[in-house]
Amino acid sequence: MSALLRMQKVTVRFGGLVAVSEVDFHVQPGELVGLIGPNGAGKTTLFNVVTGVYAPTSGSVHFAECEVGGEPPFRITARGIARTFQNIRLFASLSVLDNVICALNLHSKSGFFGALWRGKAFRAGEKENREEARKLLEIFGLADAAHAPCRSLAYGDQRRLEIVRALATKPRLLLLDEPAAGMNPTEKVELMKLIRFIRERFGLAVLLVEHDMKVVMGICERIAVLEHGCKIAEGTPSDIQRNRRVIAAYLGEEVSNA
Amino acid sequence: MRPRIILLLVIAAFASVSFCFTGHPEAAWPLAQLDDYLLNILLMAGINVILAVSLNMVNGYTGQFSLGHAGFMAVGAYGSAAITQIQGKVLLETFGFLGAAAPVFLFSLAVLAGGILAALAGLAVGLPSLRLKGDYLAIVTLGFGEIIRVMLQNTESLGGARGLTGIPPRTTLGWTWAIAALSVYCVGSLVRSTYGRGFLAVRDDEIAAEAMGIHTTAYKVTAFVVGSFFAGLAGALYAHMICYISPEGFSFMKSVDVVVMVILGGMGSTAGVTLAAIGLTFLNEVLRQMQEYRMVAFSLLLIVLMITRPQGLIGDLARFLPGRRRLKP
Repeated sequence: MSALLRMQKVTVRFGGLVAVSEVDFHVQPGELVGLIGPNGAGKTTLFNVVTGVYAPTSGSVHFAECEVGGEPPFRITARGIARTFQNIRLFASLSVLDNVICALNLHSKSGFFGALWRGKAFRAGEKENREEARKLLEIFGLADAAHAPCRSLAYGDQRRLEIVRALATKPRLLLLDEPAAGMNPTEKVELMKLIRFIRERFGLAVLLVEHDMKVVMGICERIAVLEHGCKIAEGTPSDIQRNRRVIAAYLGEEVSNA
Repeated sequence: MRPRIILLLVIAAFASVSFCFTGHPEAAWPLAQLDDYLLNILLMAGINVILAVSLNMVNGYTGQFSLGHAGFMAVGAYGSAAITQIQGKVLLETFGFLGAAAPVFLFSLAVLAGGILAALAGLAVGLPSLRLKGDYLAIVTLGFGEIIRVMLQNTESLGGARGLTGIPPRTTLGWTWAIAALSVYCVGSLVRSTYGRGFLAVRDDEIAAEAMGIHTTAYKVTAFVVGSFFAGLAGALYAHMICYISPEGFSFMKSVDVVVMVILGGMGSTAGVTLAAIGLTFLNEVLRQMQEYRMVAFSLLLIVLMITRPQGLIGDLARFLPGRRRLKP
């Protein structure tokens, strides 16, 4: 089976600083993969390479057999990679429903002249979009708040809305940037259920960047560990938990007095 | 009734008034009784509505701070005057076969040309400069407005610093308010669509919009071009209303006037901005009696309003009303 996302020898340099160094990494279709590492390990940089925020200095990024490294974010999204943000970035002045409708733009036929003329096809399309957005909100239990301003939602619901919005772009790979940040333990359990549910229901691959070990170990099938921009380990959660280099990276090495 | 049908009726009503009574605006019924002064205020109010609504597309809905609206207005004014005044005689002969309708036809052509020229100018300015944000974009657009003004000042064939006189008086209430209605409709219906939600997304969070597959640059340039197109139309109407245009009339202060209307009406509220444009036009006349204190009173009013209602007269009052179905075409 060919990988959905394949990164080969990806390096990102900011001036003299090497943020990511020759990282090989892949995600299979339908897989749930975690990316972890201590602060400043280059997780977010790698994430930003996949989503098109940064272009890799060298190396290649392939998505569904197409080279996508260096493409602008909106084109990457059009190819089927959607993302959420570490610090929630909803469209603050819009309602919950409109936030989702914005993301439906990508696959909607609604265009400049259609919006001006407002003909039959346009109205049918608008209705379709509204219904689709509503359906997505219903799946995630947000339909009751559809017309509320998105700022009025509770924190956990805002995170959920961000995921709904990302799903509205019809991705094949969903990237979650620290979805558990700022959540309490109950919300974290909910989140784990939610991520599993999304994977089953929408049949997509999920790449998770996360600090919270409980969440990562609890749901990921495979975990990659970064430190100082290099991949130091990759494997199943139990492999990673026993990996000495990972333990050293997180807790420091034992000082031997011998 | 569908908004499109209402709009067509409104425009047809205005246009029929216009077409029946060509020639000087005073001739148009039922304004024969109106004195010149009131007529001019009503015309100016309509032109200001077009300017404010179109700038609101850029500053309000798309969140790009432009300070060069007067520049696009100047392009429209001079572009249309070039057709009716400078080339007027020749063109009138060319369209002579249209008989009495020839001047009106030429005028409509000139207004359209003014809009298209301004839209092209908007495209030329927008493509390179919309990569900038906030204050930087404001400064670039401000600079553009000044470049236009200085260029006009030094183009002798367009009258140079003396300005262009003898523009035929063709602007009527019908024309002005029909185009004002058109601008309100266009901006309103663009925004009220799945496509148009993209403008608001760009305003709220450019990075998130981009990540949702929205081509932010294309949206910003589109807003800019639509905005400058209508500014061009307004400029053309203005030129054929006061019959004399000079570069000084399109200075930075004119841009600021329009920005004030948008801010006062509430960024991103077409209804608010329309009201503010009409209100400020009349207020300007009321305050004229106070002569030298006029600008002081005007500024004071602005300060008070900004303190008490920073979101503008209407602002987000119309949003999120319970039970209101938004996005309903």
